[in-house]
Amino acid sequence: MAKYLLLKHYRGAPDPVNDVPMDRWTPEEISAHVRYMNDFADRLRESGEFVDGQALAPEGAWVRYDGEGRPPVTDGPFAETKDLIAGWMVIDVDGYERAVELAGELSAAPGAGGKPIHEWLEVRPFLTAPPTAAEWCH
Amino acid sequence: MDEALLRGLVPGVLGILVRRGADFAAAEDAVQDALVEAVRTWPADPPRDPKGWLVTVAWRRFLDATRADAARRRREDRVEEEPAPGPVPAVDDTLRLYFLCAHPSLSPSSAVALTLRAVGGLTTRQIAGAYLVPEATMAQRISRAKRTVSGVRLDRPGDVATVLRVLYLVFNEGYSGDVDLAAEAIRLARQLAAVIDHPEVAGLLALMLLHHARRAARTGPDGGLVPLAEQDRGRWDTAAIAEGVGILQAALARDRLGEFQAQAAVAALHADAPTAEETDWVQIVEWYDELARLTDSPVVRLNRAVAVGEADGPRAGLAALAPLDGSLPRYAAVAAYLHERAGDAATAARLYAEAARRAPNLAERDHLTRRAARLNTDRSDRSR
Repeated sequence: MAKYLLLKHYRGAPDPVNDVPMDRWTPEEISAHVRYMNDFADRLRESGEFVDGQALAPEGAWVRYDGEGRPPVTDGPFAETKDLIAGWMVIDVDGYERAVELAGELSAAPGAGGKPIHEWLEVRPFLTAPPTAAEWCH
Repeated sequence: MDEALLRGLVPGVLGILVRRGADFAAAEDAVQDALVEAVRTWPADPPRDPKGWLVTVAWRRFLDATRADAARRRREDRVEEEPAPGPVPAVDDTLRLYFLCAHPSLSPSSAVALTLRAVGGLTTRQIAGAYLVPEATMAQRISRAKRTVSGVRLDRPGDVATVLRVLYLVFNEGYSGDVDLAAEAIRLARQLAAVIDHPEVAGLLALMLLHHARRAARTGPDGGLVPLAEQDRGRWDTAAIAEGVGILQAALARDRLGEFQAQAAVAALHADAPTAEETDWVQIVEWYDELARLTDSPVVRLNRAVAVGEADGPRAGLAALAPLDGSLPRYAAVAAYLHERAGDAATAARLYAEAARRAPNLAERDHLTRRAARLNTDRSDRSR
């Protein structure tokens, strides 16, 4: 009944507990991690809470309007940016507690040594349509 | 073909299948199949007895599905031997279905989904569209909900309050997809009121009608929120208001007050005022006092502070607000409004901006941002 975005960062989140970069993991540890993520999404599909999940490439660019008749200005790849989003999952759940519970599970994905990464995930509620039964006096 | 009329037959048809011995989940699937068939064939070949047609087709579908499942062979033998029961009153079947679909073992979102499908006769695709989730997700939610209630016996009465909460949730979702969920909630509440005599069912139906009546006036041409005081009351649906008020008065006369009746009474007092200035705020405060007694909800006390501000002036409103928790949703919006009324534009602008940051929905955020912007513009104009 309420949608939440679980946001995963390449950069910009506080440091995780098991802070070993992925390229230092064993191939088996990487496979175990990927399997965990897929299983997590499958569990959400099965529970009727899954809406969407996507991963983003780290490479990207800033783009902005540059005036009438001119092509947009681009600036990138963004080397300077502090905050870099790695991907997201959108869930549709009964409330905030459930969103936090699921984010906690996702953050337990295994990393180096097969131990949970304890990665920090951002949980953001969607803005919705206003409720029908509300008195807007002001 | 009248789709609402067709869907109105669903609970009765489903109830007959269940009573003939079909398990709930399979019967529900069979009824959905029959509905699809009806939508396909009725326009060219309308049946003389629509409900009888649906029962026949759904029952055949159920038997086909059961036969196809070899593991269910034993059950098939049993149901095929069972004689078809004669005509029975549909009333109890419908009511039981409401109770089953709002069963306390279901989460709110599961109860809503199951109610819309099994009682409302909507397809999984329509429900998924209304809640903006993938169809596969909604299909899973519904089939899990069916599994959860599969052991529940249909012969025991449930708690009306759980059903009303589910219908209220559906109503509040509004109309984001193809399906008008507010109208669907009203249809389901009306159908429920026809099979159970309960003042709170009437109260909820009245509340829905009274809010629905204002729908056209709630949104401006730009899609923005129009607050009650600024709405064009000529655009309110007077027939819906009259119906809502009539239902509410009959319910109140029975002297078994509940939360929905009290909320509907507030809505009725707003509907009753020819202009915003003529609103009977003193009576509205009294109804909020009743509501606070019934629910002890901080949201009610917040709304009460607004009403007190209108009845006794903004200072009194701020005094009513003072003991409440500042972290409540919409606290900042109410405080902003009362400060604006009290003439403190600077504080009001700051609070409107804070309220906008904390708004739970887009329309409200934009509305509050505009309020803050207008006050800030006025102030900078004056200082120029």
